[in-house]
Formats: sequence, C-alpha cells, structure tokens
Amino acid sequence: MALLEIRNLTRRFGDFTAIDNISISIESGEFFTLLGPSGCGKTTLLRMIAGFDLPDAGQILLDGKDMANIPPEKRPIHTVFQSYALFPHMTVSENIAFPLKMAGSAPDQINSRVKEALDDVRLSNLGARFPQELSGGQRQRVAFARGLINRPRLLLLDEPLGALDAKLREEMQIELINLQKERGVTFVFITHAQNEALALSHRIAVMNQGKVEQLDAPSRIYSFPKNRFVADFIGKISIMNAQVLEASPSHLRLSVAGLGEVTAPSKDGVKPRDTGVLAIRPEQVRITHHTEEVELKNNFTGKVQGFLYVGDVTTYIVELPNGARIEALLPNSAPGSAQFFETGDSVTVSWRQDAGTFLND
Amino acid sequence: MRRRNIWLCSAAALAYAFLYIPLIIVVVYSFNDSKLNAEWVSFTLSWYVALFNNQEMLTAARNSLIIAVCASFCATILGSMAGLAMNRYKLKFLPILVFAPVAMPEILLGVALLLFFLQVLNLTLGMFSIIIAHTTFCIGFVAIIVRARLQGMDESIFEAARDLGASPWLTFRLITLPLIMPAVVAGALMSFTLSIDDFVITFFTKGVGEPVLPVQIYTMIKVAVTPEVNAVSTLLMLLTLTMIIIATKLDSGVLRLETKK
Repeated sequence: MALLEIRNLTRRFGDFTAIDNISISIESGEFFTLLGPSGCGKTTLLRMIAGFDLPDAGQILLDGKDMANIPPEKRPIHTVFQSYALFPHMTVSENIAFPLKMAGSAPDQINSRVKEALDDVRLSNLGARFPQELSGGQRQRVAFARGLINRPRLLLLDEPLGALDAKLREEMQIELINLQKERGVTFVFITHAQNEALALSHRIAVMNQGKVEQLDAPSRIYSFPKNRFVADFIGKISIMNAQVLEASPSHLRLSVAGLGEVTAPSKDGVKPRDTGVLAIRPEQVRITHHTEEVELKNNFTGKVQGFLYVGDVTTYIVELPNGARIEALLPNSAPGSAQFFETGDSVTVSWRQDAGTFLND
Repeated sequence: MRRRNIWLCSAAALAYAFLYIPLIIVVVYSFNDSKLNAEWVSFTLSWYVALFNNQEMLTAARNSLIIAVCASFCATILGSMAGLAMNRYKLKFLPILVFAPVAMPEILLGVALLLFFLQVLNLTLGMFSIIIAHTTFCIGFVAIIVRARLQGMDESIFEAARDLGASPWLTFRLITLPLIMPAVVAGALMSFTLSIDDFVITFFTKGVGEPVLPVQIYTMIKVAVTPEVNAVSTLLMLLTLTMIIIATKLDSGVLRLETKK
C-alpha cells in the first residue's frame, strides 16, 4: 500500500481551479517532488496534504486512512516552510523541542533527543541562540531538525532552498539527500527550479494549471518529455514544427518545414500525418564548420546567431535556412583544442537519429 | 561630515519651542513661591504640600486612576481581540468599525454616549459610565497597535505551530500571545494615558457625583490659575510621560525583532 494516496483531488477558489482532479500515490521512503511554475497549484496541494486547506472533492489517504477530518496538529506530517517559520521568541533548542513537547515526551528524553538533533545538523554549540542570530543556512538546518525530530511519516518541504544563494543551495541539496537517506523519512518537496528537482528526486510530478503533466523518474522526464510543456519547462530545448511522414517501430520519419527530412526515435501512438514539434536538447546537437564532413544523416547548415560562454560550456544559437533556431552545446573541456565559432560563421549542425523527441500538438 | 541645513534646523527648533516651552513654564511655576504666575520668586514645594492636603483633589486623582486602570484593562482585552480578528479574517468593514471611534470627534462621541447611557440604557452617570466610555475609544488604539505587530509577522509561524502538533489554543498561548505581548502592553499603557487625561468625553459622561482629575483641574482654573494647578499638571505630565516612554520602548523593541528576522 502506498504511504500517501491522493485520489481525484480538486480545489477551486471561486471560478479558478487550483487543483484539477489530481491522483498521485507516493511510496514510503520516496523523495517525491512536485515541480511546476508559480501558480501551478503545487503549494495548494501541499497545504491540503498538511491540513491547512481542505479539498472540494477527492481524498487524501495516509497509510490508508482518510485525512479529511483530521486537523494539521493530529496528522503525522510535518512541514518545512519556505520562510523556515522558526519561532522568534524561542531559542534554537526550544524550537527543535517544540514538536516533542506537543507530543508530551518526558523532559529528560526531550533534552537528549534535542542534543542529538543539534549534533546531526552540526549546530551543537548554537542551541542557546535565537533564530534571528543565525545565518540563512543555519536557520535552514534548524527547520529541518525541527521537522524531523518527531519522526513524521511524511515531511513536506515548501521550496526550502529558495532563499539561499546558489553556492549554499548546492551544499544544502547534498545535505538534504543525505538527511533523507539516513532518516528514511518520505519527503514531498515542492520547487519551481527544475535543476533542483532533477538533482534531488526519485520521482517528479511536473504540474501545470492544476494538473499533473508528467509523473516519472528525473532521467525519463528529461529525456522523454511527454508534451511540449514538460519539454519547455525542464532544461533547455530547441523546438521545430514537424509533420510525421512515416511511423515505424524503429524510427519516425519527419518532415520539418523549410528544412527537409529528419529521422527521430519512434514513439507510441504517433501516426503518419500527425503534426507536432521536434524537440532536441542542445547537448545532443553537434556543431562543426560547414566545410567539415559530417557522417550523421540529420544535418543542416546554418549561421551562428550568437553564443553564450559560461566557462565549462558554450551554447551556440544557430539559425537554420527555414528561420528556426537550434541550440548546440559545446564543452570547453580541452583548452586550446576546443573549437570556437563566431557570430556569422557558417556551420553544420547534426544529431544522431536516436536523439530528439517528436511531440504531438 | 554632513552639512546641516540652517533653515531646517531652525524650523525644527521653533516647532519644539512652541510645543515644549508652555509645558516647561507650567513645571517651573509649580515650584514658584508666589501665588501669581508672573515672576519667579523662590523655590518651594508648598504647592505640592497643599495639593496633597486637598481632599477633593485626592479623591479626583483616585477616581481617575481607578477609571484609567479599569478602562485600559477592558480596552486591552477587547482591542487585542479586535486586532487578532482583523488580522485573521481580513474583512474590509471590520477595521472601519474598530478604528472609527479613534477618528471620530470627541465631542460627538461624548454627546452620543451621554444620550445612549441616559435614554437607551437608563444608566445613572458616574464612574461606571466613564469606564465604559473610555473603554470605547481606547479599543481602537489597542487594536491598531496589535494589528500592526501581527502584520509585520510571518504568518507561517502560526501554521508551523499547528503543523508541529499544537492545538489552536496552545498555538495562541505559546506562540501568538508571547509574540504580540509587547504590543498588548504598549496598547495598555497608551489606553491608560488616554483615559487618565481625557476631558471631553469624561465631562459628558461623568454626571454630577464623583470628581475626576481633568474636570477638577478645569473647575479650579475657572477661578484662577493657581500654582496648585501647575503642581497637579506637573504630576500628571510626569505620569503620562513615563507611560509613553515605556510604551515606545516596548514598541521599538518590537521593531528590532522584526528587522533582524
């Protein structure tokens, strides 16, 4: 049985549907992420799981038990808030002890558990401080310690890394993965940052306009986006209008307007004459001088429109004869031998026949 | 170094002079050994001695203190509740309803309360009616302060308490109340100072029985501004000033907590 079962959940605010008939089941021990742009309904969903908001229709079951009439304080679910929500009038120790006190634990047991928790998040000597005397990263760790101390069945994390700077965020991501592994607590993480979702999760539900667009493992979501929204939202991708000429079990033959024929990997449910787009990731596209011999069949010549050098890699934007733009990623791994192109250069872009995805309209 | 603007400084100096020189004169003449507020003769405490032997004045002071304590107590509880309600329910008409008595001309409130007490409630005017009247206009002040404090706070704190196992009552007792306490105390002190020196509303709702301080002072100066009036004014000023200083201290403490967050 799944730990958390969300069945046909719907939530409306006036005539706006924030959550539109969503069903998800989350297994015990999972690091599950709800990913989507702001306003997609992920926060509403989280608030309903925590018990701060009630659904208009559908059910939330935890260990098979309906949560409908159970107030937040009675649910074995804790939340780490985006703002951390530490109690400003309590010390770090008192903050961490709060859930234990509410559960009625014995005072000596509380003390030893709090001490342990402080050690775990490397804040042993800061127990007597007040939250406002801590740095952002330290507050973050207090919030995790407080959320986990009671060993909840489920920990909800509401964009907890959003307020941290990039460097610290990466450190905390690794810490979060370790914390989840050690405790074995099921995490439901919400974020709008796709790289964070890809880095942390076992499974991701990509949400848009109150619906789940795709629910899959990170690598599958990245490599095989189910539709145009997911393809656009996760990572960088170049998109060209295309029509299916031939659909065989091994490959698809597509006609791209103004360019010609492209071969793409086969996909279930695609029929000849279907229209849609060919989506291809920049790292799947090779870029070479137009004079160079190219062995790949999917190849087109174009002009470099511009490039973005970010140190480890350079992304080139190439305009094709049909006006479409395609991005190609070139690693700068071998200094000196790495190839560089300038704006205006004539180049050839090419990609393997098993690269790219056809997405129906 | 920043260059000071001479016009700005003199404007400020003049403003403060107009505000405080009359007050300083009152204080100075309360120590003057002369029946007239005309020239400085010599230092004396005799006006204060006379004041403390004036039975009527002492009764008035006692009455005013009782009224101020009772009214500020009631106003603090009701005003805090109003502040919490306004913050939680976000209804548009509620703040208007609560703040209206603050903005209302006092004379209007005085007349309205007088008519209400006499014709609707059929109440005998006295201490009790004054306490109700003072509570009425103090609620708004307490509510403003408490709501301001709540508005500056991260609302997820209260949800976090529930989330971590606290019932609504425990959330209020362990989280909400300690956090709004500085505002509650500041509101109480503010109400106390507003009540103790209120003249207009008191005048309308006091009836003929018990003397109260501001009205007593007014009766005294109808005859002549004696140094005894200066003395009682000085004491009243001292009391109010202390309260205001404590209230602002608490309030700035509140601000400090928030900017650090």
